[in-house]
Formats: sequence, structure tokens, C-alpha cells
Amino acid sequence: MTKSAYRNNLFLTGVVLVLLFFLQFVLPDYHVLMGTRMMVLAVFALGFNALLGYVGLLSLGHAMFFAAGLYGAGLTVYHFGWSLPAAFGFAVLASALLALVIGAVVLRTIRVSFMIVTLMFAQVAYLMVLYFAEWTNGQEGLSLPLSARAVHLFGATLDLSSAITRYNLAFGLLALCLMLLFAYLASARGRVATAIRDNEGRTEMLGFNVFAGKLEMFVLSGAMSGAAGAAYALLFGYIGSTFASFQYSIEALLFTLLGGAGTLLGPLLGVLLMVAMIDKLSELTSAYLLVIGVVLIVVILWFPKGILGTIRERWAPWLL
Amino acid sequence: MASLTPLLVTSGLKRHFGGVKAVDGVDFTLHEGEIRAIIGPNGAGKTTFVSLLSGRTEASGGTIRFAGEDVTRLPAYKRVQRGIAYTFQITNIYQTKSVADNVRMAVQGRMQRVGMPAFDFEAETAAALAAVGLSDRAETIAGELAYGHQRLLEIAMGLALQPKLLILDEPTQGLSDAEIENFLSLVRTIAKRATVLLIEHNMAVVMALADRISVLTRGQLLAEGTPSEIRDNAAVQEAYLGA
Amino acid sequence: MALGPYLFLATLEGLVQAAVLCITAAGLSLVFGVMRVVNVAHGEFVMLGAVIAWFAASLVTGHPAIGFAVALVISPVIVGAIAFASERLILKRLDYNPEATIVATIGLLYILQQTVLIVYGPDARPVDPPFYYTIRFPWFGYSSYKLFVIAAAIVIMGAIWFVLQKTKAGLIMRAAQFDRETAQAFGIPVDRVSAFVFAAGAGLAALAGVLVVPIQQAHYLMGADPLLLSFIVVIIGGLGSMSGTVVAAILIGLSDGILSVMFSPTLAKMVSTLLVALVLVFRPNGLFGKAAR
Repeated sequence: MTKSAYRNNLFLTGVVLVLLFFLQFVLPDYHVLMGTRMMVLAVFALGFNALLGYVGLLSLGHAMFFAAGLYGAGLTVYHFGWSLPAAFGFAVLASALLALVIGAVVLRTIRVSFMIVTLMFAQVAYLMVLYFAEWTNGQEGLSLPLSARAVHLFGATLDLSSAITRYNLAFGLLALCLMLLFAYLASARGRVATAIRDNEGRTEMLGFNVFAGKLEMFVLSGAMSGAAGAAYALLFGYIGSTFASFQYSIEALLFTLLGGAGTLLGPLLGVLLMVAMIDKLSELTSAYLLVIGVVLIVVILWFPKGILGTIRERWAPWLL
Repeated sequence: MASLTPLLVTSGLKRHFGGVKAVDGVDFTLHEGEIRAIIGPNGAGKTTFVSLLSGRTEASGGTIRFAGEDVTRLPAYKRVQRGIAYTFQITNIYQTKSVADNVRMAVQGRMQRVGMPAFDFEAETAAALAAVGLSDRAETIAGELAYGHQRLLEIAMGLALQPKLLILDEPTQGLSDAEIENFLSLVRTIAKRATVLLIEHNMAVVMALADRISVLTRGQLLAEGTPSEIRDNAAVQEAYLGA
Repeated sequence: MALGPYLFLATLEGLVQAAVLCITAAGLSLVFGVMRVVNVAHGEFVMLGAVIAWFAASLVTGHPAIGFAVALVISPVIVGAIAFASERLILKRLDYNPEATIVATIGLLYILQQTVLIVYGPDARPVDPPFYYTIRFPWFGYSSYKLFVIAAAIVIMGAIWFVLQKTKAGLIMRAAQFDRETAQAFGIPVDRVSAFVFAAGAGLAALAGVLVVPIQQAHYLMGADPLLLSFIVVIIGGLGSMSGTVVAAILIGLSDGILSVMFSPTLAKMVSTLLVALVLVFRPNGLFGKAAR
């Protein structure tokens, strides 16, 4: 990346974050809640996009990492009464570890096989959630106890029943993940990742360990998705098997494709549009998931690069 | 040359695809500083042979020793790190990156190999581009280059790796006569620092460049010698030129 | 019940499941074999077939067998037409790019499923079997309809075999499956073949849906299980091999039937999915290895 491209991207990301931060002062309550949800889902999509957009691996099973974070945090709080920061840390670690193990297996496959295998592993994870219903309460799920609605950290107490607190926590996580990914992509390792995406064979013949490069991104992606899941569980106080289902894997894909795979802010944009759309539509019909199908097909047929990807192609080649 | 330890030695090297013996027991020795050409009719196993050397294809049997080390089971990227560079027969570059960025990836590849912390990235990139004469096209998107220039970029990337052994798989295929002239002098420059192994169909190029020639037919080594020895070898004429 | 009859019952149930699975998986395998398209919406075609059968049954008055017979004809035709249109409008325009078509068929899955939710509603509705006769074994009575399903599957698989091996259409399909480019070079309209194959695959799924609905009820979410199971069958059976598909379907149908009796169905599904995923990873030269060339 050239210096001016680096500066442009940093500036754009900064502006978006500042805007998101100030939105909390103008939005009505309902939209603050929705904004919180969007930002957490954006972290999920960001993790998904790290894999699809920057090493070119399309996973159809990312719900398993979101769920690993969700249950990793939710179950330790519910059953063992862990403090929220400890539960969050554990959940991120657990999903990174899961990604390491799953990645080491599934990265032996490519393209179509990779998609099918990740889908199947995620299905196994989903069935596990149902099978261990004694712990997870299956489909019905669990609501976290009231004691888990506050965070005690360094002598301060954060009240999670406050919508504004939740908004800022979600914002903090999103900002952190965006910056992390940005730094990674601007580094030498990030260059190797995109090199693998653009031409795997060539990259290997330049002396790079392609498998390790993919696995590294797989773990980063899994950990980010897991962090999103953990944040979802702790901020909203509920865990359920829906979050492990195929639909959640597809939503991550949908957000990313719509916003633009391989663009830093694309997943966030995709989430904003889709969640708003689904929210409006669900007031009208119970078949609101129809929009998922329609958008997927419209994007894949006419905007395969997504919104920001198209903008990059036409007007802003520097966009990361 | 004979006093040096060989850079590369294969013994009994085999590669079978099902029943097809693409490479069938090749004993091959390459000395440091040589320019070696491999010739042979189509389907003789030349590309498979160099793929075995570079690690893109796994050997079915036999061993490969490079700079005194057994590399037979090493994955391709580790061989690159040890100094075996391979340029593809069909141009294989980062189509969407700029020419300079293509070379930068190669420089980065070398950097991780030698692990030099203070490394002048840009100077290394510029030097490799200058060597092949692509300096004025550094910011062009690689996919938009003319074919001949893409071949040169491919070689620039090989150069930027600063390998001990540079394998060129049919480097002059599709080049014009003027470009070939240019290429000949380029390879001679490279050969001052690295050993060169090239597969080549163009006999004029082979005769002009090679110190020694190895002839491969049906996966086996038929003959080996200086250009003039090979030219006068009856078996080679029958198997290769006569075919 | 003693163990013997118990196992006999489990085997019968397994065979019924295998029969339906065989037809569904044959459709998936055909589509993947000829078009190299992994059709994630395949289960929805089963669901559509079942739902159309329910409509046929509720619209046609008189003996249930009449509605059933009508459904057997119109279900595959309607579903085949829908598939044909989707192929022309979507898959063809994606140039059958493997990844893009998977994403597109996921989109199709949601469109079909949610449209059925709007038109048909969220309820599971039963359809009467065309006949009620119960066969009395010494230990238990067994629905003759289920035995009919097994017989129907045998007939349908025989028909598929005949079409593929003995007709010109089959020859064209096999040629396209063997090598798309070469087939094209020999003047086979591979492009048009694809549309018909996609329709035929969907038609088979719809047929399976019609056959299964008197046993299982029609519901807009019923497509998930057949999809997963046919994937498993196609992966284990090996691609393009109809005989492999049949063997794998019987194997999976029987073991799933028997395992589900002995363990929890969730556990059985979990373990088999995991095993099949591992088969795909560690035997890459199986069916999907060819796809990724």
C-alpha cells in the first residue's frame, strides 16, 4: 500500500468511527439498541470478511465461531458464574482455538470442497448445541441471570442494562477490530495474505508458507467472529441455538458480499443495510427472510464486488 | 568446475502418474555457476522433472540433494527459501497488482528467507526491475503488460529472490526475436550470480547459452554433454531431431 | 417385541428412508455430475414437491389416490419448470462458476422457502396416502404404502438407469459429465443440456417429496434434512456413479434408521455429518476432488 492510500484509508475509517460514536447522542432509544446490534454483527462480518476478502476463502460455516464465542461466554457465566471480562476472554480464546483445529483440517480442501466442509462442520456444531441441551437448553436457549448484567472492572462498574453503555461497548469492540485488521493488512503479513488470495501458486513459489498464512487468517477470522458472539451473549443476555444455525453463517456471507468482500468497511455497510432492511420487512411479513435470498441473488448476479468493491473499481482504487 | 561440490544431485528420481512414468529414474548432477539446458521432445518429462526439483510435484521415488542437503520431502516454499527459484512455463504473476508490487512480493520472500531486518526494500525492487528493463513500467498493472513484458516480470521476480538456482521453464516461448536477444544477455548476467537451469525448445537459444545440455526422452536421461557433443550425438539426433 | 422382529421393523423403516433418499440424491448427483453445480436449494425442491402434493390432494376431490396420482404428475413438472427458469435466469448467467452458483442456490433456497411460507403458511399439513391397506406380519402390521414407496424407488432408479445408459439423452448427459469442453467441441449443446438436467434433478427431488408426504407431512422447513442426507449420500457414493448413489443411500438410510432407534437421532446425525466431512477432507480424490481441478 502506498503512503497516500494508507493515509486515505486511515482517515476514512477514522471518520466512520467518529460518526458512529456521535450517533448515540442523536438516535432514539430503539435505534441505539439496533445500532448496538449492528455493530456487534459488523464485528462478526468483519471476521468473516478477513477470510473471504483477504485470503479468498469462502466459509459457509462461520456461525460455528460466532456460536463458540456466544456459548463460551454465555455458558461460563450461566453455569459457573464467571465475571464478564473473564468469560469474554475465555470465549475469544476458545473460538480462536476452535478455529485453529478446524482450520488445520478444512484448509486441506479448496474452493467447493472448502465451502461444503465448513458447512458440515458448522452443522455438527449446531447439532452439538441441540444435543447437549442439558447445558445449552437447545432451541429455547438461556437468559443470563441479572447478576450478569453488570461489569466490574478496575474498580469501576458498568451497568449493562443501560442502552448507552452497551452501545459504547459494542462500539469499542468494533473500533478495536477494525484497527486490528487495518494494521494487519498494512503489515508484511497482510501483504502475504492478499498475495495468497491473488495467486496461491505464485506465492508459494516465492517462498511463503501458504498453508500457515491461510491458517493465521483463519484463526484471526474465527477469533473475531467469536468475539462478536461473546459480545452478543453478554450485551443482550441471551444465548440460543439459532445463533449456531446455517442462517447465521449465511448472514455473515450476505453482509460481506453486499458491502463488498475485501473492503475494510464493506461488512459494516452491509450489516447496516441488511439489518435495517430485515427490521423494516419483519414488521410487514413473517417471511422477511425472503430478502436474504433476493439480495444474495441480486448481488451475485449484478454486483459481485459489492457496494464498496464497485466504488473501489470505478472511483477509489486506494480503498483497502 | 569439477572441483566444486555439486549444487544439485538427483538419484533415481521418479514420478509416476498412475501407469505413466513421466520421470523414470533420473540421475542428474548440476554444478554451481553452470548454465544448463534440458531439451527433449514433447512429453519427455522435462516440466515434470523441474517440478520435482522445485517441489511443486512430489517424487514417487529417488532423492534430490540441494547444496548438500536432502530436500526430497521438503515442501516447495522451503526449497525456495533454500535458494531454488522457479519461473512458470505459463506466465504466473499477480495480474491485479502493479509491476513493482509483484517484485516487492519476491523481495519480501527473500527478506523472510535471509531474515535481514534493515533491508532496502525499494532499492532491491528497483534493481530487479532495472535488470530486466521494466523500470519505466513499475506502476503499470501487471495484467495489462504485453506478453513479452510479463515474461520479463516473471524473471525479475526470480531475480529478486536472489536464488542459488534459477529454473526457467521455456522462458523464450512467445517472445519476438528482438526480445530473445535481450533475454540472452539477461540470462548471462544472471548466471554470474546464480546457477541457471532452463528448459528450452528454441535450439538457437540453447546453443548460445548453455554450458552443458541434458537430453530427456520418455522420462529418462538419454545423453549429456557440451552443445557440440550433443549436436554430434547420433542417439540424440535419432530420438529428438529425427522424431 | 423380540429383537428379531424389532430389527426387521427397523430395517423396513430404513429401507423406506433409503428409497426416498435414493431418488433425492440421484437428482443432486445428476446436477453435480453434469453441471458441476452444488445445488444447495435441492432440499427445497423436495419441499416444493410435497407442498404441491398437499395442494393437489386438497383440490382434487374423491379418492385420495386420484389426488396422489395428479401430484405424481404435476409436482415434478411444476418444480422442474421452476428449476428450468432459475437455471436460465441465474445459473447460466453466472457461467456455472462453482462458488458463485453455490451462493446463488443459497439465495434460491431462501426465496423458495419463504415464498412457500407466504403462500402455504407455517403449518405442517398431512396428506392421505393413496391407499390404507395394512400388511399383517406375525409381529406387527405395516403400511402397504411404505412398501409401495420402496417399489416406486426401484422403478424410478431403473428408469434413471435406462435413460442414462440406453437413450441418446443419456449419452449426451454422460458426455457432458465426462468432459464439458470436449462435448461442446463435438457439437453437443452443453448449455441447453444444463437447463434440462437441472430441471430433471429438481423433478426427481419433487417426486421424492410427493412420495414422502403421506408419511411425513408437508412443511416449509422440511427441506433441510433431505439436503444434508443427500449430500452425505453423494459424497460417500462417489460422484456421477448412480450405482454408488444407490448403495450409499441404502447404507445411510438403513444405518440412520437403525442408529436413530438405538441412539438419539441428533447424535446419529452429528456423528454421520462429522464422518462425512472428514471423508471429504482426507479423500480429496473422491467426488469433489474432480470438481476442484
